[in-house]
Amino acid sequence: MSTFSLIIKQIINGLQLGSIFALVAVGYSMVYGIIRLLNFAHCDIIMVGAYIAWFFMANFANMPLIAVAASILGCTLLGVTIEKVAYKPLRSSPRISLLITAIGISYLLENTAQLMLGAAAKKVPGFFTVETIRIGQVTVSTASLVTIAVLAISMVLLTLLVQKTKLGRAMRAVSEDAETAQLMGTNINGTISFTFAVGSALAGIGSVLYCCAYPQVSPTMGSMLGLKAFVAAVLGGIGSIPGAMIGGFMIGLTEVFVSAIGLSTWKDAVVFLILIIILLVKPSGILGKTVSEKV
Amino acid sequence: MLKVENINVYYDNIHVIKNLSFDVNDGEIVTLIGANGAGKSTTLKTISGILRPKTGNIVFENEEIQSLAPHKIVSKGLVQVPEGRRMFQNLTVEENLEMGAYTLPKGEIPDMIEDIFARFPRLKERRKQVAGTLSGGEQQMLAMGRGLMSRPKLLMLDEPSMGLAPLLVDQVFDIISEMHAAGVTILLVEQNASMALQVADRGYVLETGKIALYGSGKELSESEQVKKAYLGG
Repeated sequence: MSTFSLIIKQIINGLQLGSIFALVAVGYSMVYGIIRLLNFAHCDIIMVGAYIAWFFMANFANMPLIAVAASILGCTLLGVTIEKVAYKPLRSSPRISLLITAIGISYLLENTAQLMLGAAAKKVPGFFTVETIRIGQVTVSTASLVTIAVLAISMVLLTLLVQKTKLGRAMRAVSEDAETAQLMGTNINGTISFTFAVGSALAGIGSVLYCCAYPQVSPTMGSMLGLKAFVAAVLGGIGSIPGAMIGGFMIGLTEVFVSAIGLSTWKDAVVFLILIIILLVKPSGILGKTVSEKV
Repeated sequence: MLKVENINVYYDNIHVIKNLSFDVNDGEIVTLIGANGAGKSTTLKTISGILRPKTGNIVFENEEIQSLAPHKIVSKGLVQVPEGRRMFQNLTVEENLEMGAYTLPKGEIPDMIEDIFARFPRLKERRKQVAGTLSGGEQQMLAMGRGLMSRPKLLMLDEPSMGLAPLLVDQVFDIISEMHAAGVTILLVEQNASMALQVADRGYVLETGKIALYGSGKELSESEQVKKAYLGG
């Protein structure tokens, strides 16, 4: 295989991984945008989504769409429930209380999963038969193409939702100035729930795509994925949806290329090095705005 | 139309509004004047449901509203244009107006927007621009237009003339009179007491969370006490 086709293949791998990061990062960013919370439980929602997918695939392997739907629905319900039970009572508390609660929820989910299902990883059956297609000299797996296509469709739908619908407009208004949005008649709790629902549904999609790429589930699978998606969200500019997408792709491509040049043991370190650099050089991220704190 | 009865409001342990009572009748312009920190904005926030009174009632059209959520209060036709204009800076002029009509059925929004544009032609020119790029005067027009979008029965304006050039202040007060003529009842909070008392039917003077004085607009503007404290006389 020529160097050129090798590079193309790595780019496609990078985009596949980046798509998963992007889906998760968008959830981080949306929640941060609306309640200024780094929702550390987000990564464990993915873990729960993956277990739901595993459960359905292990028991009803001939109905993969049911597994996908259950996973998305499960994540959505879980995200909304966490917000209602754990975050909503703290709406007027200091932000640090909210952050600590998010970390607590994250541990709760991980340890509950470990208690109920054991710490060992479980294999997830394939959702569809993965084939490789040859385009010229380049071979690509259908899993990569499906992942990238699903991300593209999700992002188009999300953009339409946020830019063109009444609820999307309310989300943008609440994230800019919640009090004024209330004075306009926006139901702020409803808008926040809706944001969690959308972010968590995307995490559900992300968990299925993750299982396509790495077909196993474990109680701590979310933590590294979540951390990297968090780096992607910060890199793109936390609070910005297009930023989260760009950040996701950049982290995905970085990881794949660092591995491709033979430094795969360094790939996590490189991702976190990016975080450190971005925090030092441009803490607001690529598309983030530097907003002055309102008084 | 609106009756505020003996409300007490606290910020943590600080007693900000003390046994405040006043009312606004259908079709009136009523003004609350007072110095910085007298509790004017706090009063409006409490009426809108952003803050809660510890004791006391707020009655709007014979219904107690002091424990309703803010969006429920807006949908009853009691709407506030907050202090400092508070545009959604990243939303376009048109989107800001659409936010104002949040409680209206979707079908009525385009007509309402055209009404607002007829009243404020400058906003029409800038309909696709994000609000952050407007000048202060244009933002105040947009803030008032946004307040009107919900077809309020009672519109509460918090310091609409703040930070505006004198010419624009006159314009703002012209618009208030126009809105009133069109049938909107108005509760106006102002530091610019002389302008506010000119347009108001009645006024209340607020001092450290209590009503210090009340009367018709004319009476108050002639009162020695008000002249001395608020009219620079």
